[in-house]
Amino acid sequence: MPFRAGVVEESMSEEAAIAHHGPPTSFLRKYVFSVDHKVIGKQYFALALVAVFTGMILSWLMRFHLVWPTAPIPGLQYLSKVGAPGGIMTPEYYLSLLTMHGTLMVFFVLTNAPFAAFGNYFLPIQIGAEDMAFPRFNMMSFWVTFLAFAVLMAAFFVPDGPPISGWTAYPPLSAVGSDAGPGLGMGQNLWAVSIALFCIASLLGALNFIATTLDLRTKGMTLMRMPISCWAWFITSCIALLAFAVLLPACLLLILDRIAGTSFFIPAGLVISDRLQPHSGGSPLLWQHLFWFFGHPEVYIAILPSMGIVSHILINSMRRPLLSHKVVIGSMLAIGSLSYMVWGHHMFISGMNPFSSLVFSFPTLVITIPATILTLIWLGSLYGSKLQITTASLFALGFISMFVSGGVSGFFLAQPAIDIYLHATYFVVGHFHMVMGVASIFGIFAGTYFWFPKMSGHMLNEKLGRIHFWITFVGAYCIFMPFHYLGLVGNVRRTSSFVYDYVQPLIPVHRFITIAALCTGAAQLIFLFNLIYSRFKGAPAPDNPWNAISLEWTTPSPPPWDNFGGKHPVVYRDPYQYGVEGASSDFIMQDSPEELPGTV
Amino acid sequence: MAKFFAITVVIIAIASAVPIVLHTWTPPQDISTHGYMIDKQMDETMIEAGLSFLAAQLILALFIWQFAGRGKQEKIKTLPGGAKGLVIAALVLVGSEILALGVIGQKAWASVYFAPPDKDAMTIQAQAGQFAFYFRYPGPDGKFGGMHPDKIDEGNQNFFGLDPENDIDARDDVVAAELAIPVNRQVNLTLHSKDVGHSFYVRELRIQQDFVPGLDLGVHFTATKPGRYEILCTQLCGLGHYNMRAYLSVLSQEDFDKWLKERAP
Repeated sequence: MPFRAGVVEESMSEEAAIAHHGPPTSFLRKYVFSVDHKVIGKQYFALALVAVFTGMILSWLMRFHLVWPTAPIPGLQYLSKVGAPGGIMTPEYYLSLLTMHGTLMVFFVLTNAPFAAFGNYFLPIQIGAEDMAFPRFNMMSFWVTFLAFAVLMAAFFVPDGPPISGWTAYPPLSAVGSDAGPGLGMGQNLWAVSIALFCIASLLGALNFIATTLDLRTKGMTLMRMPISCWAWFITSCIALLAFAVLLPACLLLILDRIAGTSFFIPAGLVISDRLQPHSGGSPLLWQHLFWFFGHPEVYIAILPSMGIVSHILINSMRRPLLSHKVVIGSMLAIGSLSYMVWGHHMFISGMNPFSSLVFSFPTLVITIPATILTLIWLGSLYGSKLQITTASLFALGFISMFVSGGVSGFFLAQPAIDIYLHATYFVVGHFHMVMGVASIFGIFAGTYFWFPKMSGHMLNEKLGRIHFWITFVGAYCIFMPFHYLGLVGNVRRTSSFVYDYVQPLIPVHRFITIAALCTGAAQLIFLFNLIYSRFKGAPAPDNPWNAISLEWTTPSPPPWDNFGGKHPVVYRDPYQYGVEGASSDFIMQDSPEELPGTV
Repeated sequence: MAKFFAITVVIIAIASAVPIVLHTWTPPQDISTHGYMIDKQMDETMIEAGLSFLAAQLILALFIWQFAGRGKQEKIKTLPGGAKGLVIAALVLVGSEILALGVIGQKAWASVYFAPPDKDAMTIQAQAGQFAFYFRYPGPDGKFGGMHPDKIDEGNQNFFGLDPENDIDARDDVVAAELAIPVNRQVNLTLHSKDVGHSFYVRELRIQQDFVPGLDLGVHFTATKPGRYEILCTQLCGLGHYNMRAYLSVLSQEDFDKWLKERAP
């Protein structure tokens, strides 16, 4: 069978490829400023863990305050004396926490974990490369992301605290400085600088992923023989390249408005805190367009890698290929391209031309088609499979359930007429938390339970994993499904307490959600314990514990610094050869030269 | 474990649907002339989305129940129709849903945003500022006085920055902290922001529209039921956002005339 050789072979000698970089020699080079994609992947993972637990604690504080507004939260006064005198949160501090929760989760968790962390670790191994195309850039991406995180967290410790303008930072609130309220001075500056840094890091990362996918595939690894996870990371990097390239200048303009007296986003004649603002000529809608031009693709940056990871894991757990890999890849490409045509659905009632709303509504509804195709392919492939239940496959199946539940509510919000009523209510909160938050995080969990043995050389404890799954699965539904009901009543979001008359009867529902959130959050400590305990005391992991096919399972657990021990694997088939009739076993490794009639 | 998962998914799916079917939590009664279209659109979407939700969850549960843990000897089966069948099913089902909802839905949207206000609609101006709404009626002359941001002085109750000394149009303008409107008469509300972004949301009216600084926007509606309703700000506007509200009073024409007269300067 003729091979379509990877570019590696054509463009550089084998020696040159291996001499990419040598083994690390010092502690600093090995664990801190490492150029090894696996170390960088783990660093991203660790950063995402810190961010997700911080973000989760913030959500606990907010949920607690919402339903027990007069009960002091012990210790909170030490985080901010002004923001929480005596442990009771002020309305503005609630908004600070809300802003930080959203920013941490969207950028430092949902972008970092499924894309940067797993992508960094497994993309090169799955395509048979020994590292990313630009290892030093890769190291820089992580450390700039880390810097962005540090700058963002610094906002907790400046005098008037973190910004209160939400993760969307709509101007003029975010642009005019501390006249508009607490946190909008130095806190908002730090936020804008942090996000700009994050954009730079993500742009570097996206370029690196694209170059790696296109240039470093090993012999025989054609594009169509890449695992679906690699396709997902590849498509995500293409989206990220265009999306962050728009958010970066938007942040720079915001910073200029804030510190250089420009007026990109601020119109004339605003009177804030009894002061006529010295600005004129800008438009707040400009920010909204730029922000959502990034913001909507960002949703897919968060969810596509999880789709890829879940597909990759399901194929292994079902012991069969999906019904069609071309259709799955095609659907992901369609979602990726459509993601740029829908940003206006965040702005139906923003005052943009109402005709635009109709134009944005249509592709938003159309994006349901590839999403439905993906769901049907996952469901249809379950039919007639030999599904094996592991914690990883439970989370992958949970992902499908969550993706459906969060997806159907999108059908409401895509229609401008319905959005008139539901916009800015808890319905929206339920929708995006379920589809972009929980579904994506289920993909991250599935990936963690699946790949942890490869990454650490130890198995995760399955029993703890199952407990973690059950509480998280049921708990997530208890938290996020009622949000939709609250939205139907018109309960508006982003308020720190319930002063409106019509919300009073809804407070018991909020209380239920808070209790569910506290319990589900607590279950995440089981996960954290499992990670730390298994890292040191877990059963040693064999090279291929799941009888999987793709190249990462041909390496030792954990893989050596150059992944394949100085060799380049040769790939003979696609990574879906499970249950092939007439084969010697139930699965055939991608690099196995076994001859099979009628396979690719 | 697999069967337990399947049962859990079924329970969650049914439990999620129960409050919807029982109408436990619903929008308040509509008091506008256009709201019924939005409600109808929402009901139809609820049926289609609800059925898709239930179908997908139940199929997921069924297949897990049926196919998890099958023995080594058993053969892999392929869904009849394969991927092609599923793609066609998605295109036909979702495609027709999109066409149906998309086309019908435009009517509701158009009735709010495309139709110009009636000629005899009553024009009222709403101004949002951190953290209060104010409303202005043009008075007997039918003309609003000009606004001068530098003259805004909350201490002197000059919320709009009017200049009655030099501006004859401003002298009879009526300013109030609540929005009173006559029943069954179209109101053309222009939204002006004093400082940052805000939003005007009245659930019962099925109206929500942002105040965009630097851009005065209009929205028109007709209220059909007298009563008192909450107006909320739904755009994050700062520390007092949670408490930014006003009331909408829908009055009979006589009551409204009386209300306006009492407040004439």
